[in-house]
Parts: sequence; C-alpha cells; structure tokens
Amino acid sequence: MTQPEQPTAGAVHTGHPTPLTYFKVAMALVAITAVEVGIFYIEALGKGIIPVLAVLSSSKFALVAMFYMHLRYDHRLFIGLFVGGLALAMAVVLALLGLFKIFV
Amino acid sequence: MAHATTVPHGEEHEETTTGLSHRKLLIWAFLGSDCMFFGSLIATYMVYRGKSLVGPFPEDVFSIPVTSVSTFVLLMSSMSMVLAYSALVRGSIKGFRIWILSTAVLGMTFLAFQTFEFRDFANYEVHLDCARVEAEDADYLEGLTDFETTFLPRCAAVDEEFSEQHGLTLKTNLFGTTFFTLTGFHGAHVTLGVIWLLSLFFYSFRGGVTPERSLDVDLAALYWHFVDVVWIVIFTVVYLFGVFPGF
Repeated sequence: MTQPEQPTAGAVHTGHPTPLTYFKVAMALVAITAVEVGIFYIEALGKGIIPVLAVLSSSKFALVAMFYMHLRYDHRLFIGLFVGGLALAMAVVLALLGLFKIFV
Repeated sequence: MAHATTVPHGEEHEETTTGLSHRKLLIWAFLGSDCMFFGSLIATYMVYRGKSLVGPFPEDVFSIPVTSVSTFVLLMSSMSMVLAYSALVRGSIKGFRIWILSTAVLGMTFLAFQTFEFRDFANYEVHLDCARVEAEDADYLEGLTDFETTFLPRCAAVDEEFSEQHGLTLKTNLFGTTFFTLTGFHGAHVTLGVIWLLSLFFYSFRGGVTPERSLDVDLAALYWHFVDVVWIVIFTVVYLFGVFPGF
C-alpha cells in the first residue's frame, strides 16, 4: 500500500485569500462596474470611451480570474490551459474582425 | 491505482503522473475551450453589429441601468461562491450551505433579469408623441433613435400618439440573431451552473460534501466564475459598446 505523501509542488494551491480579501475584490468589481456605467453617460469622451471601457473590463476579468478562480495561486499547467484557450479566442476574434474589416 | 490522501486545505490529491488532479485539469481544459466558443459568438456579434437592415437596433431596446443591476447580481454571486468554498475548506458545512444557496439564488435572480429582458425585447413597441412631432419640438426629435425616426411620417395620420409593435426576436434581424444566440448560450451556462450548485447544496445533507472532498465544490466554483467573466466581457462589448454611436 502506498504511504501517504506530501503533494508535489503546485499539486494544490495553497495560501488561499481570506474572506476579507474576497470581499475587497467584490467591492473593487462593483466599483469598476459603477465607473464603467458612469463614464458611459459622459458624452464628451467620444470614441475615447472604447479603450477606457476595454481596460476596465479587462481589469474585472483579471481580478475574478486571479483571486476567485485562484489562478494567482494555482499550478502553471492550469494557467496555461485557460490562458491558451483565451489567447486562441482572442486570435479568433481579431482574425474575424480583420477579415470583415471592422475598425479599418 | 489512484487514491486520495489528505493534504492542506482539505483538498483531494490524486496520484497521477503530473501530481495534479485529472478532474481539475479537465475543467480547466473545458473552460479554455469554452473561451473559444464564446470568443466566436462575441466575434460574430461584433462583425454583424450595425449590419441589420431593419430595426429595432441596440439603442432602441437596451436598458443599461437594468443590465447594470443584473451584472451586479452576478458579480455578487461570484463572491458568495468563493465564500462557500472558503467555508467548506475551513470545515463549516453550515456556512457552505448558506453561501452556496445564496449563490444559486443570485444565479436565479440573474436568469429572472434575463427572462424579463428577453420578454421586454420581444414586446418592444415604437411610441411617438405626435403632438410634439407636429410642434417640431427639437429636444424631443433629437432624443429619437434612428429607428423611431423612420416612423415620423406615420404621425401625419395620427393626432396624439403613434404606437406600433416591433418586437425583437431571433428572426427579426442580424442584431436579434447574434444577440439572442450569444446571451442565450450564456443564460444556458448559468442555468446549468444553478443546477450544479443546487445539486451540491442538497448533496451536502446526505454527507456527500465534506472538507476532504472540497475539490467537488472547487470545480463547480471554477465553472461559476467562468460564467461570471464571460458576462463581464458581454456586458462591455454587447451592452456598453452596443448603444455607443461611435463604435
């Protein structure tokens, strides 16, 4: 019978954030969403609103992925699987937008 | 043969060639592939944006305040999901049950918002205050969308108010087709997530959810957070960019 052994490095993610950290992340997400909706009504921003909203949305995505999905603490292989899929998805989006000459 | 040993945080550790749980690898591979699935749907929506020949268009039907509230609900559900997982690894089954049920309820609330929104779009009506149109009220006319403006000549035959139903469905135009396909598939993901969460909630009463088997909850949590991050992108790209005239 195999003796119980310690997990290999990265087999499990350790050092989970505390509930307080989760709450702070949630408040940051709500604040960013409020900013997004707020600046949406500022007509003076014109087309400048697009990169601003893109950056804010990416920040929210990153916060959820890093803290709630524990990617910040997890094994590199898990990160690779998710980020690989995400990168391919981004490539598909950009290829399609380029193919149909959107933004050109 | 794989078997489990107890490790820090009460997580299940399987003896595999990588030292990583195959189930966790599988869920990450699935989420990576789902990124491509939603990426294609989002790209299709963006490619066909502004190509619809008939209305209604995004600026006619979208209500940013209502969608902001449903976005807030989904973000809060992600927080309650991590709190459910956190409670479980700390050994609090009661805390787990409270938070996972909260997550499922918030998920159902989001679905209720989506149902309300879809129903609202399907019953969309063009309303024109013909008295103000006849009086050439500049403020009123400037506030009309392009689609509403096409109905201005119809005011000639009406004294007070013009009203006509032009519901948005999958078949109405390219906007309807791409919008309902994208958000419909997201809604289906949320529905599956709610069923998964409720299954874990009820399973916990049969002793099936324990700190030693927290991986079961971790997998559901990863799926749920993924549904949340997809919505973060949809909210910005479809809703906020959708009604922005310069985009």
